[in-house]
Amino acid sequence: MEPLEDLVVDGNAIGGLLIEVFGTEMTTAVGTCGSCGMVAQVAELAVYRPGLGTVVRCRNCGNVLMVFVQARGVTCVDLRGLASLVS
Amino acid sequence: MSPISRGFHRRHQADEPAGRVPPGQYVTKDFPVLSAGPTPHTRLENWTFSIDGGQTAASWTWTEFQALPAEKVTVDIHCVTRWSKLDTAWTGVSLDTLLAAVSYDAPYVLAFCDGGYTTNLPVADLTGGQAWVAYSYDGGPLPAEHGGPARLLVPHLYFWKSAKWVRGLRLRDVDEPGFWEMYGYHMYGDPWREQRYAGD
Amino acid sequence: MAGTAVRGRLTWQTATVSSVADETARVRTITLSVPDWAGHRAGQHLDVRLTADDGYVAERSYSIASAPGEPLAITVERLDDGEVSPYLTEDLRPDDEIEIRGPIGGYFVWDPPGQAPLLLLAGGSGVVPLRAILRHRSRTGSSVPARLLYSARSLGEVIYQAELAQPADGVEVIYTLTREQPPGWSGYARRVDQPMVAEVAWPVARAPVAYACGPTNFVEAVAADLVALGYQPVKVKTERFGATGGG
Repeated sequence: MEPLEDLVVDGNAIGGLLIEVFGTEMTTAVGTCGSCGMVAQVAELAVYRPGLGTVVRCRNCGNVLMVFVQARGVTCVDLRGLASLVS
Repeated sequence: MSPISRGFHRRHQADEPAGRVPPGQYVTKDFPVLSAGPTPHTRLENWTFSIDGGQTAASWTWTEFQALPAEKVTVDIHCVTRWSKLDTAWTGVSLDTLLAAVSYDAPYVLAFCDGGYTTNLPVADLTGGQAWVAYSYDGGPLPAEHGGPARLLVPHLYFWKSAKWVRGLRLRDVDEPGFWEMYGYHMYGDPWREQRYAGD
Repeated sequence: MAGTAVRGRLTWQTATVSSVADETARVRTITLSVPDWAGHRAGQHLDVRLTADDGYVAERSYSIASAPGEPLAITVERLDDGEVSPYLTEDLRPDDEIEIRGPIGGYFVWDPPGQAPLLLLAGGSGVVPLRAILRHRSRTGSSVPARLLYSARSLGEVIYQAELAQPADGVEVIYTLTREQPPGWSGYARRVDQPMVAEVAWPVARAPVAYACGPTNFVEAVAADLVALGYQPVKVKTERFGATGGG
C-alpha cells in the first residue's frame, strides 16, 4: 500500500474545481490561514480528496481552510478557515 | 449535451445485491484508505476515550480500555464512495459496555476524534449490539491509516459514520451535523435505503 | 501582467482525437483537435471528462505535453487500477470525442523571456509538463540553461526517450533509474536524494528557478533538498500528482 502521504496533493490538482466555484483561475491566489496566519498560494496548499469531498489544509498547522462537496448538482463551499483569499 | 465517450464505462459495476450488498455498491477485496487530513499519531500513554454530556461522565485510559470486555466481530462495511468490503474482522469494546458506564437520557451523540473529525449518530444506533470502538483489525492492531489506535465501528450505516481516530462521544439532545453532514451528507446514512446525501 | 493574456475557456469543450502514439508500454500521447483553441502556457493542464452511455461521468486532470503553438496533446500513464487511464491509453482512437476544460493553472507555468537557469525535476509521469516547458524553450529560441533530472524506474519507463536523447542546445538531461538499469549503465541508479540534487542543481548564486513534478513524496523530498541548498522557496515550484498520475 502506498504511503499515506502520497495521497495528498496540492492546489494545482483542483484548478478546475476552483474555476467552477470562483469563476476564475485561483491557483495563484494568496490565502492566509485563519488559525496560524501562514500565507501561501493556493497551488501550494495541502489538498485531500477522500472521495466524499475536497479538503484543503494549511501546510503549517493543518487547519482546514476550504471544503468543497459536490452532490446532486450542487457544490457546497466552506471557506471559513481562511482569514483571507486574494486573487 | 455531453458527447458519449464511445466504449467508456465505469470501472466497478454495482454487484448483484443478493441480500449482502446495498444498492449501488460494488464489492472490493482492497481496503481503501480515505482521509480528509494527515494521519494523527496519538501515543497510547496519552490516549483516552471519554463520554460526556450526560448526567455523569466516564473516561478510560488505554490500559483501562484494554481491560474492558471486548468482542470479536465479523461484519460487512459499506462506504458512501460505493465500495463494500465483506467479512471484515474486528475486535473492540461494544458501545453497550461503554454507554452503561454513564447515566444519560440524550438521544444523540457527536463522536469526536483526533484531527478534528466529527460525526453524529442516534444513541439507538449505537446500542443493542450494533456498534463498537474497535482497536484491532484482521487479527492485528488497527493501523493508523485505518483509524488506529481505535475507531468507531457502526457497520449498519455508511462507513463515514465509523469515525477514525475516535476519542469520545458527546451526548446531545439535538442531532447536530458532524463534519461531512454539514456539507450535505445524510444525517443518518442507511446504505440499504441509499441515504448518501441530505434529502435522499 | 505578462503571461496572463491567454485565458482558457472556463467551460467544457468537445475535443476530437486526431492521433495517438505510444511512448512506453503504459504511456500514450493523445493529440487533440479543439475548435477555437485559444492556446495555453507551458506547464498547464487540462481537465478531461468522459461520459458513459448510462450517464456515468468521470473526470481527471492531465498535464499538457505540447508546447504553446503545437497541436494540443496530453500524455497519459495507464494505472493498473485506474478507471479513466486504461480507457484513454487502450481504447480511445482517432475521431473519438472527449470533453476537455482548460487550459488550467497559473502557478506551475514557465514563460520566456527570463534569465534564470531552469532546473526541472521529474518523478515518473511528472516529466509531462516539464517536457512542454523544454519544447516551449526551444520553440521560442530561449537560451536559458536548463537541466532536467528525471527519475524513472527503468529506461523502458522513460517517456519521450528519443526526444530527450537529443536535447536542444543548453539543455542537459540527467536520469536516475531507480529499479533497473541497462548493462553498462554509469548514471544514477537510486531514488533522488540530497547529494544527487546538490550535484545537479544550479548554484544558488545563478538565481535559478526550479520546477518539481511527480508523486507527492518525490516532490516534497526534492523541494526540501533544494531549500536546504539555499534555493528560495518562492523559486521552487511544485506540482504533486498524488501517488499516481491521477487514475
